Amino acid sequence: MAPADPTAGGISPPPRFDPGSDQWVQMLSRTGPQREAGLARLHDLLLRIARGELQRRSGQLRITGPELDDLAYQAAADALLAIVAKLGQFRGESRFTSWAYKFVIFEVSAKIGRHFRSNQTVPMDAEDWERLPGRLGADPAQETERRDLAGAVRRAVDENLTPRQREVFVAIVLNGVPMDALVIELGSTRNAIYKAMFDARRKLRAALAANGYLNDQTSRHS
Amino acid sequence: MNGWTALDRFLRTDPRDVGCGEAMELLHVYAELADTDAPAAQRYPGIAAHLAACGPCGEDFDGLLAALRGTAE
Repeated sequence: MAPADPTAGGISPPPRFDPGSDQWVQMLSRTGPQREAGLARLHDLLLRIARGELQRRSGQLRITGPELDDLAYQAAADALLAIVAKLGQFRGESRFTSWAYKFVIFEVSAKIGRHFRSNQTVPMDAEDWERLPGRLGADPAQETERRDLAGAVRRAVDENLTPRQREVFVAIVLNGVPMDALVIELGSTRNAIYKAMFDARRKLRAALAANGYLNDQTSRHS
Repeated sequence: MNGWTALDRFLRTDPRDVGCGEAMELLHVYAELADTDAPAAQRYPGIAAHLAACGPCGEDFDGLLAALRGTAE
């Protein structure tokens, strides 16, 4: 005798996800009023998260009130579009809402980067090497150390980095450009910019160690 | 901390660092584990290394964790 079909007789197959996530996926996968209601509910959730995140990061922005709320609406709307487009990629590794919140958090970061980019006053490619020690938190009273450090790093940059790595290093380290703003400026991705910076750090450390400024265990220059 | 020590710390890289792409891909899984006090860093050491080194991804992680904990507002 053939085994009974577990889906026969009106018994539903087990959900692929936890019940709450399954409900979200079902709702958003349908058409008609149920889907519209689901989209509206999800948008409300995303808007709440966007507002909270912008509030949490308000120190990075010089805007408040309606402008800040406008950014929250933009982030929620863009996140909703991304979630709908990628719904088929949700694999149930987390709750659906955790997965969805990730999109709106990323959108808030992108909006903050764009805001910085449109309001920045310092050129991204300005090369004022005297800024470097201050960026690293070096003691302003240690003039000799500051001069030596800036000179050594500048030489290591000149001799070891590719033009792209140099561009990224100068923008982020010397000019304090946020990575998400640089992503927009260079038409790149966060991953590519981070990789360029990661490789630059590794190369510079090796060069400075080879020249006796740093060693493999701890800094020892004084 | 003098300038050389700070520079040394800044330039150090962790070979376990998975980069932004993988960290962003699994950030919801990692944050949910962290939210339940599960050993997220032990399970995903490459993501932990990345979040410690990458300011923007670390910020996103903090934001997502705050959202999961209902402290975003």
